Order: sequence, then structure tokens, then C-alpha cells
Amino acid sequence: MAIDLEKISSKYQKAFKQIPKRIIICAGTGCVANGSLKVYDEFLKTAKELKVDVCIELKEEDNKGTLISKSGCQGFCQMGPLVSVFPDDILYTKVKPEDVKEILEKSIIKDEVVERLCYKNNDKFYKGHAEIPFYAKQKRYVLKNCGFIAAEDIEEYISIGGYASAKKACLEMSPEQICKEILDSGLRGRGGAGFPTGRKWDLTRVQPGPKKYVICNGDEGDPGAFMDRSVLEGNPHSVIEGMIIAAKAIGADEGFVYVRTEYHLAVERMKNAIKKATEIGVLGENLFGSGFNFTLHVMEGAGAFVCGEETALIASVEGKRGMPKPKPPFPAQHGLYGKPTVINNVETLSTVPLIIRDGAAYYKTIGVETSTGTKTFAITGHVKNTGLIEVPFGTTLREILFDIAGGVTDDKGNVSEDAFKAVQIGGPSGACLTKEHLDLPLDFDSLRKAGAMVGSGGLVVMNQTTCMVNVAKFFMQFTQNESCGKCVLCREGTKQMLMMLEDITEGRATEETIPLLEQLANAVRLGSLCALGKTAPNPVLSTLKYFRDEYDAHVKEKRCPSGTCSNLTKITIDQSKCIGCTACARKCPVGAIKGSLKQKHSIDQNVCVKCGVCVNTCKFGAVKRG
Amino acid sequence: MENQENFDKVRQILEENSKDKARLIPILQAVQEVYKYLPEDVLTFIASELDISPARVYGVATFFAHFTLKPKGKHIIKVCDGTACHVKRSTTIIDAINAKLDLTATENTTKDKLFTLETVSCLGACGLAPAMVIDNEVYGQVTPEKVTKIIDDIMKQEGK
Repeated sequence: MAIDLEKISSKYQKAFKQIPKRIIICAGTGCVANGSLKVYDEFLKTAKELKVDVCIELKEEDNKGTLISKSGCQGFCQMGPLVSVFPDDILYTKVKPEDVKEILEKSIIKDEVVERLCYKNNDKFYKGHAEIPFYAKQKRYVLKNCGFIAAEDIEEYISIGGYASAKKACLEMSPEQICKEILDSGLRGRGGAGFPTGRKWDLTRVQPGPKKYVICNGDEGDPGAFMDRSVLEGNPHSVIEGMIIAAKAIGADEGFVYVRTEYHLAVERMKNAIKKATEIGVLGENLFGSGFNFTLHVMEGAGAFVCGEETALIASVEGKRGMPKPKPPFPAQHGLYGKPTVINNVETLSTVPLIIRDGAAYYKTIGVETSTGTKTFAITGHVKNTGLIEVPFGTTLREILFDIAGGVTDDKGNVSEDAFKAVQIGGPSGACLTKEHLDLPLDFDSLRKAGAMVGSGGLVVMNQTTCMVNVAKFFMQFTQNESCGKCVLCREGTKQMLMMLEDITEGRATEETIPLLEQLANAVRLGSLCALGKTAPNPVLSTLKYFRDEYDAHVKEKRCPSGTCSNLTKITIDQSKCIGCTACARKCPVGAIKGSLKQKHSIDQNVCVKCGVCVNTCKFGAVKRG
Repeated sequence: MENQENFDKVRQILEENSKDKARLIPILQAVQEVYKYLPEDVLTFIASELDISPARVYGVATFFAHFTLKPKGKHIIKVCDGTACHVKRSTTIIDAINAKLDLTATENTTKDKLFTLETVSCLGACGLAPAMVIDNEVYGQVTPEKVTKIIDDIMKQEGK
């Protein structure tokens, strides 16, 4: 018998009306690392002690207690563990188990707010999501439910309209209509290249069947990006629903969700979600009574960045080394096991049900003309509020950095006007944006014009203490490690480029190094088959373009202006300022600081690892990096 | 085969995956769960059971970062060296651990097989940079000092 979504939904809503309040504890990776699961356990334990009626699942209709749920990532990772109370819309930050009793007493038994746990900025206090600038300035469309529903509760997902789009696609829309709707919406792939999703589907749709596949690319390998992880953890059913719609559009009956094995929680949640969706009947045979069949499997990636490339990912699903193949033939023609295959990114797929629900016309009103809709960004590095955000395409870097993320921080973590140096966008294939790009609207085309790319959406903010040559070297090390070895220029070229960058940061470079580096960068770009090699030189070329002076300081003066490159840096103790308090010596992890109480200290340069603990420890400004 | 019990588990894993060569990666992942690494003779056995060449199995096992052909220590320390962690000076964390445990880039397991130090490209915990994982527990915003203490605590538990 076909599944009755309305019945599940109304049953859930009826039960939901009976509960007076709801506590949502963020159980995304960031908050879990900060101890949110302990907070969750403490809520259950303390509620019992205080005789507060609670439930953890909304199953029985006679359940009248406060509902305590675990959600996926709410995005405000810096402030975790996050605890929200609804319907009051209170957001508590940095909640510890010892705060739980007060929250229950004040906000659940009574209707008061525990002000000391709310977010504060410049002595101003903010009660809930609606008021906090971090949330208020975003447009959370794809992430709307991520972090605000119980991630693993399929009934709650259905109660907020989930799987209705899949049902509509199965029963009321032809494959042509689905492809057209998605094409009209202007949705472009969120994995990096920005190819129109509707066109990709249509190309696969016209291929001869009967066997076709849908693959969800959750191999989020970009260091500094965690958008896909958050969606997989926080709203896995939206991805499944997007895949059902894609499958119906192209005529596939089988699909794979490819998730990096490093994302334990995402793998687990996705597996559970598929199991529940199959039990309830939104996956499997004869979906919604339409005669359409679709089954889904989870495939754990085994750690290879290049598998983010479609053809490499397919090879890996087939149980082979993940090496890219030349295109054409495109996966649309010759994909998994030689069959027509659609591969979409997690974020793209979770947007699809919303477009079917709201219509292409509405979706196009968000964002800018050639980049419609919203984009999630993982904002990390030297900013006040790190975390996961979602904004319409066309939002400027300035709005993101200063309004949402709360400003750029210096090395001590304080927001400072002139701390901003650069933003790295697009990961190892991306580029740096500097002060002159602060008012650049972030969308596919204007970023391409500026020599950068949206990529998967990692924004790593760097302050003045960051060495840009070191950043370039870091990315080169990454791509060199991840090069699959198929193309000579990528395999050997990235290795040589890395060695040249090492020469520069370790003080061996000559005047000839930089021109040679540039020459080789162009060769690697031209001589590589896939995007990994073609874009590998980007971080080097963009840092050379905007921070040539830093390169020159390393090469000509053998000096690292930011004091990062350890061969060109020394940490010393100013003998006139040292009072011999031993604070630095006690904290040195490698025992490099010599000197006893009330005697001037000194650093053994052969032992020192330049970690800088001593610099931050000294209260007298005697320890200096430079 | 060093251990009959483990070997039976390998057979069971192969059966569960219907000896399907397309499932080589999940098979290797499950086998690595059993042994904590991939012993060479087990790889050869898997190849003959799946009717593929040992070279292909070896090729896959060496291609992906998740697989290891060397036994690892009891506690696995994974320090994130993703972009966000890197700009927040994760290399100083790595240096501090190397110094503390007397490890090098090539010799990353302690002699007593208690610790293995690995660097990973991104744990996706960028909001907590620099981040580190020991035995699946995530530690955020670590410093060289904190790391030394965390390792000391584990050593104490181990009675060292």
C-alpha cells in the first residue's frame, strides 16, 4: 500500500501540539566535540530529578512533556554547545552540564530567560536566533531545517512537508517536466563547477535505459569546508528526497550516497535515514503507488580528494583506484558500470525538493540572474564567529565577514579593524581575495572574473599574521599529496612546485625561483586531465599576484614578514625585559628554554619548534617572534 | 594467517559482500576494522577469493589514505592540518606531539606501540580549529600545552 504522508504528518502535528515546550540540543560535529552529548544526558537526568515531564520521541499521542531532541549542525559552531528552547525562541550558547538545572528551572518550568547564557556582543544581549546578527543577516533556505528538526526523525521531516515534493514528482510530473522545472530555476551544481543541474539531468534523461544511476557526491574533500557534512548530518532526508526526484527525472532505479569515511556521524545518520525511509515506504518499490522504484545505498569513501571528480568517484564506487578518465564520454552517457549516471553534490540535491515545492519562478527571485538561489559557506579561520552560513548569491564579502561573521580577529582573538589580510575561497583549487574584493558580489561569474571560484564554499579568513607563501605551500602540499599520479605534469609538476615553495620558505631560493615557479604553474595547468591538476596552481598564482612583496621578502631578504616560516624566524628572549619568572620555561612543550628562577632565560634554537607558547605566556613582552 | 579468529571474520566479511569485486573498498574497510591494518597475506587471500589480481587489491589499498599496510599504535592521534587549522598554527601542535612522543614524519608510531600520530586533511570541525581527534574523540581549539597534557593523561591511564 502506498504511503500516506498526510496521515503521518497530521498525527505528528497533533502530538506536537500537546507538548508545551521543546529543547533542541545541537549534535553536529562541532558541538559534540564541545560536549553537547553530555549536556543532552544531563537534561534527561536533571529533568527526572526536578520531576519535569519530558519525552525524547514524539511517538505516543498522549505524550505531554517537553520534547528534548538532538539536531544536526546549527552553524554557530564557535559558540557551541548550543541549546535552543521553543516556542520561546531562546538560544543558549556554550552550555555546560552544570547550566542545565538553571535552564530547566527558569525556561521550562517558568517562562524566563537565563541571560548569562545568551549570546552577547559589545555588552548587548541577544535572546534568540531572530535577533543574533549571525543568523538575522543570513537567508537560511536550504539550511532552514538543518539544526531545527530532529535529524533522524523521518516523521518530523514529513510533518514539515518533507517527501511531498518527491510524491509530486512521482505522481504529477513527467521526467521532462522535472528537468524543465530545475533548468528554469537556474540551479547550478554546488560542487564547484557550477554546471546547470537541469541540463545535466536532461542529458542523462535522453540516454537509452533501462539501467541508470544517481550518485550523491558527499566526498567533501576540500580542507576548510563542511557544508555537505552539516546537511548530511542535520537533514539527511532532504538529500534522499532530492535523489528520488533526480532518479524519477532521469529514469534511474538505483542510487549511491558517497560519503567520506572521516564523517562518522554523517555516514551513520545517512544509513539510518535510508533504513527508515525504506521501512516507511518512500524508498523501495512502487513509490507513492506510481509504479516507480528506487533503492539507495551508502558508500563510504576511503580518503582520496581526487574522488570528488566525477569519473574518479565512479571508479571508486566500482571498487577501483579513484583515477579520473578523460571526458567525453561524460557520466551522463557512460557512467557507473558503463550506464548513464547523474552525479550531484549534497547541497544541490537538498535544494531540489525546495524548488519542486516552491516552483522555479520563486527560486529565481533569490540571488542574482546567472547564479540563482542561496549558497552555504563554511566560514573559518581568523573571524569572530566561525561556522556554517547561508546567504543569497550576490552577497558581498564585506557583509559576510563583518556583519555575519562579526569581524576579523588578530592573533589574540580580538576583533580588529585592520586585521584582515585575505580570504581563501574554493579550497586547493581556489584563490585569494583581498581588501580590494570586499565589495565583490559572491556569485559564480563575478568570482570567475576575479580569477577565483565559488568551489564548494569554504571561506578561510586570514589575518595579518598569516604568511601567504606558507599558505600557498600548504595547498601545494595538499594537491601534491592528493594527485592520483595519472598525468605526469600534475604528479611531477606539483612535486617540483612544492620543492620550490619549500626553498622559498626555508631560505634557499634564488632570484630564478619565482619565474620558474610561474612557468611551471602554467605548464601544470595545461598538462593535466582533471580539475585537480588544472586548478592546482591557482593558490600559488593568486598569492603571487596579490602578495608578491611577501615572496620577495622571503627570497631577497631571507625574512618571513609574519614570522611564520620557522627557518626564517627566531624566537628570542629580550634580556633587558626578562625577570626570570620561569613561566615560559614551564610551558615550553619541548623544554627549549633554559634558566632558573630570577635568572635571565634563553632559548636553545636547536630544540625550539617555534610554537609560540612562550610568546603568548610572557606577561612582560620579553619573548619575541621575528 | 596469524590468528584463526580474525581469519574467520575475513571469510565472513567476504560472504557478507557476496564476494563482489565492486565491493572491494567496503571489504577492505571492514577487514581493516578487524586487524587495525591490512596484512599483506590477507590482501592476497582477498584477491584470490574475489578472483582479481593481487596487484589490483594492493593498488586500491595503497591509493586511499584510509588504508594502512603497517600496524598502528593503540591510540591513534589525528591532527587536522586542513586550511582552517593550518592558519591557526596546527603545525605547532604536530611539532609538539612529535617532540613529546619522540616521533618523526616517517616513524609515526611509538616504539611501545601505544600511539600513532597522523595528520588529516580536514576533519570538518573547522569551527574549532585547530582540531585533533584521539580514538574518535574530537578535541577543539587545542594548543601545544593542552596536547601535552592530554597525552600525559592517556599515558597515566595506561600506567606509563
